[in-house]
This record gives sequence, C-alpha cells and structure tokens, in this order.
Amino acid sequence: MITGWGLARIPGISYPLDVEESHLIVRSVTKMKSTENRSANSLFTSLGRLLVIFTLALLTPLLLSTQASAEEVTTFGGTVLDSAKKPLEGVVLVVRDTTSELGTVTTDAEGRWSYSVEKTGNYWVKLDVNTLPSGQGLTEGAGEEKKVIVFSLGKTLTVLFPIGEGAERVSNFDRTMQLVVDGAILGLVIALAALGLNLVFGTTGLTNFAHGEMLTLGGLLAYFFSAVVGLPVIAAIPVAILAAAFIGGFLQDRFLWKPLRRRGTGLIAMLVVSIGFAILVRYFFLFIFGGDTRQLPQYAGQEGLTFGPVSITPKSIITTSIGIILLVLATLWLLRTRMGKASRAVADNPALASASGVEVERVIRAVWILSAILASYAGMMITVNQGVSFLMGQDNLLLIFAAVTLGGLGTANGAVVGSLVIGLFIQLSTLVIPTELKYVGALFVLIVILLVRPQGILGKKDRVG
Amino acid sequence: MHAPNSTYAAEAKKALVALDPRPGVDKPDPIIVAEGIKRTFGGLTAVDVTKMQVQRHSITALIGPNGAGKTTLFNLLTGFDRAQSGSWTFNGNEISKTPPHKIARQGMVRTFQLTKSLYRLTVMDNMRLAATAQRGESIFLSPLRFVWGSQEKEITERAESLLERFKLIDKKDDFAAALSGGQRKLLEMARALMVNPEIVMLDEPMAGVNPALKQSLLGHIRSLRDDGMTVLFVEHDMDMVRDISDWVVVMAQGQIVAEGEPHEVMKDQAVIDAYLGAHHDMTLETEDR
Amino acid sequence: MDFLFIIQQSLSSAIGVNTIIFALAAIGLNMHFGYTGLLNFGQAGFLAVGAYTTAVLVVSFDFSLWAALGMSVLASVLFALLLGVPTLRLRADYLAIVTIAAAEIVRQIARSATFNDTLGGSDGITGKFGKAYFDLNPFTEGLETPILRFSPNDLWVVITGWLLVAAVLGFMWLIVNSPWGRVLKAIREDEEAVRSIGKNVYLYKMQSLILGGVIGSFGGAVYALSRQSVQPDNYSTFLTFFAYTVLILGGAARVFSPVIGSIIFWFLLVFVEQVLRQAVEQNYIPDWLINANQVSQVRFMLVGLGLMLLMVFRPQGIFGDKKELALDARA
Repeated sequence: MITGWGLARIPGISYPLDVEESHLIVRSVTKMKSTENRSANSLFTSLGRLLVIFTLALLTPLLLSTQASAEEVTTFGGTVLDSAKKPLEGVVLVVRDTTSELGTVTTDAEGRWSYSVEKTGNYWVKLDVNTLPSGQGLTEGAGEEKKVIVFSLGKTLTVLFPIGEGAERVSNFDRTMQLVVDGAILGLVIALAALGLNLVFGTTGLTNFAHGEMLTLGGLLAYFFSAVVGLPVIAAIPVAILAAAFIGGFLQDRFLWKPLRRRGTGLIAMLVVSIGFAILVRYFFLFIFGGDTRQLPQYAGQEGLTFGPVSITPKSIITTSIGIILLVLATLWLLRTRMGKASRAVADNPALASASGVEVERVIRAVWILSAILASYAGMMITVNQGVSFLMGQDNLLLIFAAVTLGGLGTANGAVVGSLVIGLFIQLSTLVIPTELKYVGALFVLIVILLVRPQGILGKKDRVG
Repeated sequence: MHAPNSTYAAEAKKALVALDPRPGVDKPDPIIVAEGIKRTFGGLTAVDVTKMQVQRHSITALIGPNGAGKTTLFNLLTGFDRAQSGSWTFNGNEISKTPPHKIARQGMVRTFQLTKSLYRLTVMDNMRLAATAQRGESIFLSPLRFVWGSQEKEITERAESLLERFKLIDKKDDFAAALSGGQRKLLEMARALMVNPEIVMLDEPMAGVNPALKQSLLGHIRSLRDDGMTVLFVEHDMDMVRDISDWVVVMAQGQIVAEGEPHEVMKDQAVIDAYLGAHHDMTLETEDR
Repeated sequence: MDFLFIIQQSLSSAIGVNTIIFALAAIGLNMHFGYTGLLNFGQAGFLAVGAYTTAVLVVSFDFSLWAALGMSVLASVLFALLLGVPTLRLRADYLAIVTIAAAEIVRQIARSATFNDTLGGSDGITGKFGKAYFDLNPFTEGLETPILRFSPNDLWVVITGWLLVAAVLGFMWLIVNSPWGRVLKAIREDEEAVRSIGKNVYLYKMQSLILGGVIGSFGGAVYALSRQSVQPDNYSTFLTFFAYTVLILGGAARVFSPVIGSIIFWFLLVFVEQVLRQAVEQNYIPDWLINANQVSQVRFMLVGLGLMLLMVFRPQGIFGDKKELALDARA
C-alpha cells in the first residue's frame, strides 16, 4: 500500500478515531451512531516517505469475526507487518485496562494477534518495541500504546500499529521532495473534484454540498466493477466512469436539480437541499456498503518505485497520469468546443446566453456530466491507492471547498490553481507542524488568504452596484 | 417647460444660467466637488472624470449613452465602489474614502436603478428603518422598549406623512414585495427622504415606471428641490431630463464631454457625437447595471 | 410492538436534553440565518467552544463552574469576532465556507494528540466538572411515568434547560421586534439598500453573529454539563446540518420555530428508530432488507430526505405561512 501521498482525508467531518494520533485505530463497523463511531480504519498515516505499514484492513475483521464467539466478548486484534509489508512473528503486545495489566499476546506467523474482553470499557494495547526486529520501529507520530474503547460486546475491533524503518532518519531535502510529489498528486485529486464543483457553481449558482458524494460514488462503482463484477481494474475504471457520468451526472441533474431549477427554487434553498441530499446519499452508501474502508483486490500492496529521493507506486503513477489527461481534456473541452464555450457564456450571463441561442439546459446537463466524470475519477484515484469508504466524500469536501474558494469561486482555472496550492500546502506543512494538524493549517491559510485577497487567487473582484 | 416655482429653483436657475457651459465648470455654490476620479475594470476605463461640481439646490441630470460610466460614477460618489484615484467632497468634507453608510448619514442618499425594496418588510417598516439615530437600533437598548418607544412613535408619524405624500399610505401594512414596480420606485424615494438628506441621488428613477405614474414622480422630484434638497439623477428619458433639470452633465466613455442647460446642451456637437458615436454600441449592449 | 415504550421514549426525547441542545443551537442559527441571512455553517464550532471552555477550565485550570460558564460566553464572542472580521464584508457563500472550515479547525484541534493534555484528544474530557451544578439538584428521584421517563439528573437538566430556553426566547422576542431586529431583517433582504440609508451593515452582521454564536455556545454548555463530558466528534458538521434541519422544520425567522422544530425533530428521530428497531427485532422487516445495525442509518437517510423535501415543498417550515416567509425570495 502506498503511503506516499497523504490522503485527501480532511479530518473527516467526524471520525472519532483516527490513525494519525497515538490512539488506536478502532473499527467498529456495527454500531453507527451519527457522529460517534466510524470506520476509522483509515489506513492513512501519510508520513511523508516513511513506509507506513498497515494491516490488511479488509482481511483482519473477516478473520477475527470468525473467531469471536458472538454476544459475550469483544475481540480486538490486528496484523503487524514490517516496513516491507512482511508479517512479523513474535511481536509482543501487552493489554491492560484502567487498573491493571490483563495479559500479553504474541503475533503468529501471519503477524496476527487478537485479544478478547468480556466487559465494555477502555482498554490499552501496548506494542513492545523491543520485540520488533532491528531496523523496524513504529512510524513517527504513532504511539506504542493504543487505546481501545469497547462500546458493546460481540464486536471485533482492529488495532493497527504502523511500522516503518524506525531509526533511519530521512534528510529534510528528501522528505521535502517526497512531500512535493505527494502534495501535487493530492492537489490533482482535489483539482479534479474542484473543477466540477466550480463548473456547476458557475453555470447554475449551486454551492453543492453533495459534491463529495460524487467521489464516493466513483470509488464505490470502481469497487463494484473490480471486486464484485471481477473486471480488472484497468477495465473497471472506464466502466465505472461511464456509470458515474450516467448516475451522478445525467440522472442526478435530470431528476433532482433540473426539476428544482424549473420550480424556481432559490440558490440558498438549493444549497440546503444539497446538504439533505448529501446526508441521504452518505447514509445510503453506508447502508449498502458498510462502514469499512475496502481495497480493490488488484494491486493492493504494491511496491513503491524509487526515483532519487521520491518513492511512488506504479498504480499511483498510472492513476495520476490518467488524472492529468482528464484534466487537460476537460480544459480543452471548456476552451475549444462549442459546448464548452457555451458553458462559459452561461456562467457569465445565463439570460444573455439564452437570448443568443445557447440552449442553457443542455449546457447545464453537459456540465453536470463532466463534473460527475471528473469527481468520480478523483474518487477512483483515492480508491485505487488508499481504498474506499462511505466517508470519502465527506472527508474531502472541505478541501475541495477550500481549493475552490482559494482559487476564486466560479473560475475554472482558479479551482485548479487553488487545489494545487492546497495539496502542496497540506503536505509541506507537515515539515513544521504535526501531521495530524495539517488540515487545520490548510483551512487556517484559507481564512488568512480570504483576509488579504477575498476574491481568491484568480477570482475577479466583484463589481459593486 | 415648467416654471421654477420656488425660491430655491429660481436661485439655482439664476446661478447656473450665468455659467460658461463647458465640461467641469466651477459652480458658484457647489455641494459636490470632485476631481480626478478614475475607475478601471481590468483594462476598461469605466470612469475618468477630471472635474465635476454639482450646484446646491439644483436638479442636475447625468446623461450619456449606455456604458458611459454614469452608474459607476454614482457608485463611486456614494461609496459603493472604490476609485483607483481621485478625491471628492460633499459639503466640503472629503468622502472619497468614506464607507457608504457614513456618506448616507452625512446627507447624501442614493436610490438604485433596480429598486432595492426590502421585500419581506412591510412598507411601513421599510420607511421606519431609514430614520437615523434610532436609539432602538443599539443592540443594548433594543430589548428596552420604554427607551425607544416614544422615538418610534415620532418616526412612524413622519413615515406616515411621507407615505401620504407619495400616495402609499394605503399600502403601509403590505409587504414591499406586493407593490408594483412604480410604487417601489416611490417607496424607495420616500425611504431616502426618511434619512433627511441634503442631496438625493436617483439612478434612473423613471426606468420601469408606467406613464401614468411618471408625471407624479416628476412632481415629487421637483418638490424635493423645492424643499431645499439637491437632486442628482441618471436618466435615459430625454423628455424628463429636458422637463425638470436645471443643469445637465453629459458623459461618454467615462468622461464628461459636455455640461450646460438642458436645451443648450442637447445641441452640443460633443453630445451628438457621443450618442451617434455610441449608437453602434447601444444596439448591441444590454443595459448596464 | 410495545407502543407504550415507543411513545415513552419518543416523548421523553421530544422534551429531553437533546431537544434543548438543538433548540439552542437552532435559535442561534435563526438569529444568523433566519433574521440576518448569514450562512453560518460553523454553528457546531460555537457549541464546541461553549462546551470545551466550560469543561477545560474546570478540569484543567481549576476554575469554578460558574466562572467557566462565564468564560465560555467570552470565548464564543471571541470566536465570532475571529470568523466575522475576515468574512462579513464578503459574499454570503464565503462566510459559509469559512465558518464550516473554522468549526472543523476547532474540532481537529480539540481531538489532536498534540493538545491531548488539556483538551483530551479524541476521547475528549470526562469528569465531574458539572458537580457544582448537579449539587443544586433538588430531585432525588427521577420521573417514571408511562409516557415520560427521566433520571434525577436528567430531570434537573431538563427543567433548568427549558428555563434557559425560555429566557433566551424571551430575549430574542424582545430584540427581533425592536428597531435593531428591523435592521437585521433588512440586511437579510438587501445589504446594499440598508447601506444606502446609512446603517453600518458590517456592525449589525457582527452583532448578529456574536449573539447567535453565544446562544449556540449555551447549547454547547448544556451538552457538556448534561453528559459530564465533552467529545470532539460530537461537534462535527453533522451537528450544524441537523441544527439547520431543526430550524427549517420549525420555519426560519420566527422566534419560537427552533423550539418547535427541535421537538418535532427529536420526537420523529426517536420514534422512527424505535419503530424500526422493534420491527426488525420482531421480524416484521426481514433481515436482508434492514438489519438491526442498519436502523440508525435508515433513520439518518430519512433525515436527509426530510430536509430535502421540506426545503423544496415547505421552505417556510411545517407551520409557516408561505407568502410571508419563503426563504430566499430573491433567488
């Protein structure tokens, strides 16, 4: 699994338990209580180039669930892998509760360990770093003790200890180079999503809070065609893009937004509708897909290729290249084709465009479809490289908004520039601030930039009156 | 042609008639003095006025082809837009950096080309809102009705008399959204008067008003001057300009190209050029906002 | 099905602690969105500031509870200033994006391991910081009736909470029906027009943001006190979205609507959940369709759908008068 680019995971609107802190990563798939439990199996540690190992998120709970004797106990456990993703046998973990030590477990030949408790409450698992092979250690920022909160019995919880090449320090230059690459790729993901958001905003005035769900849709479709239907990833992605264009572009506009435009629904009302729609769709995804983060079966654990100081997986190179091509094609569409030009005319002045013979509704439909293609592909990029969960959209929405605001609301090139700035800033900021606060830094910078240049980097100043 | 029917009107006429009608000419008793105003949008120079003065107690019309920069100049003078350079004073006070609400409080109140009635407020609340120095508008005093109740009553009485004058009194409890376009223009003018302005700046007061209402609107504008106010207005309706203005300022491509008395200025070659030269543009452009 | 139990749960919830919290959050939003037209999507941030200031000052800095509650008001005023200064001069959508970002910043910082020692990280703070308040509780026994059920502490929270709501509503009623409230409503309709007649729009928007934020922070303090704990992820964007749902359900821009909206919201939420849960448990609904774990997911899908339908078909709220208060008349 790649680690390189640190996930476009804005601190999700709320996942209580997250990897990037020295607490544990718990997965509690079952109890889903609005803002409380979440699949936080977010494999992501994104610590620059340090190879983050993380356990086979998918397998573990499956394995564990077979052992858990239902109802009475909750089992937590995980798989300990070294920096090369080989299982580590004989690593000792110590389990305690608030008062005393409960016992120790040792990983088996597959690196697996598990421990069962019979009471709800807080537990702590400590990885004995002395039992790790030499050269291996917990990745920076990962504590050796993880807290496990057992809300109810009859569950299986996954506890992850990300392990990298411990002692070895990476030079600042190397780290910076890696972060630049990671940041640019993250920027591309955001840009794909932000461009679509901005086009829809430009042509219809809708601030779409459900835009993040288009990423999730893309990711889930890619998962469906690859893992369920069984297509190879390279075939599943184009099929998924077509399906997303149809569902997220055509159907969504035809049956939701077009009727609302017809009714003359106001912009603020539409914004609120998009919030409702986002909630509906997000929980629908949870309903059908569950709370896990799932990997595509193909290319799950790919070795990174090394280019000087930078390490990058082949799948990341390929998905990134396709992403760049899509972005260029979308730009060409906007600049060169009749429809693209018409869309800019509509964005500029719908009434005038309509009077000049532009079929506004057709243009808007085209923009929705393009927007769905771009956003769903952004979701697929994340899915191929980091896996998909129903929270993907929510986790990225704020970053997309930030990028769009930074670049200038409604400006197409602004969205791209803003996204790159955000992506790079997020990754590079980890050189000076704790990784877990990198999104805070990005959002903070957004606010500061608005103070200095309210219209965004490329936005035109509003003409008053 | 209506004869001036008040001392203010007569004085304004007298003061202006003696002037040399050239762009930027000094007025004997100016209420607005502007110099070197420049505003560009990207590469386009919207306003580039070297000098402009407005005579106190006069009705001054600002005319020009579409895109001449009239509304932009209005916005600049009233603080709704910021100029790249230039300075202007109102009653001798520099206001080129003053925010719009402070300019309004000093007594320079404008209306908008597209009326800005506050739709979900009643006509009466639209009026009451505009009264200045209300004690109840302080967040700390607002819960204490006994502090502002009596002032509210005075304001209401003043609003009622204005609504009566503008023939809107029957509508006072209706939402502003329920008024016709012409009635909204009237309401907006009446609301401006609640501020007790010295100068009223009207941006196309006749646009979208039906002919029946036009005459009464004209009468209202004239009565503003007769009450001692100065009026500066942007208008396309040449009949109206000829009818009620004491002085006309003509803009084209951001600059003032001519000034003078209404009947004289229409004959000015620069004005004819401005309109004919802009003819091509006029057919293509939509209304500038 | 045990209908009595369903009714008891639903009714207790309808006048319960959550209803009070969301009513306060939505009253603040009503000030912002309903009366002033400010798109504040960071109301959760205000609640978080209220809750955390209260808990942290007592637990980590040995403040008395009452002093901490006072400080939480101050903190939310500061938070409002921080949000308002950069954004209130900009277009409405910028405020929306900045506020949602700021609320996330608050939550992220609260849950970060970096500040674990004072803010408690992702676990938040649990402790007896509300002791001084519960010491005043005169109830030794809870309420146990067929249709309502509260523990002694809940009963105390509910009674004092509703008194707080009543006081806030009374204050709201006075100020929105004053000339000050008139200016706010005018700003909602058209800022430029209000500027043109000499009002300092920026100042009023700031006052509205502060006041609504402080009311929201009361909700946060109630949230913290009632549970004797604060947890960062309770203050996510979802809280804000649900507060909007509550507000629109009751009908924005009427003084009492947030309370009505909150009561309906929590009644329905619990009612639907209980009915579904029992239906699933007793196999009225087959497992392949909805299993026990999916009940709350279905419930939130319904919330989303409900918000959409309300906004489209009854933007004036359930009891609103359409001609008076279609949101966004300008479109």
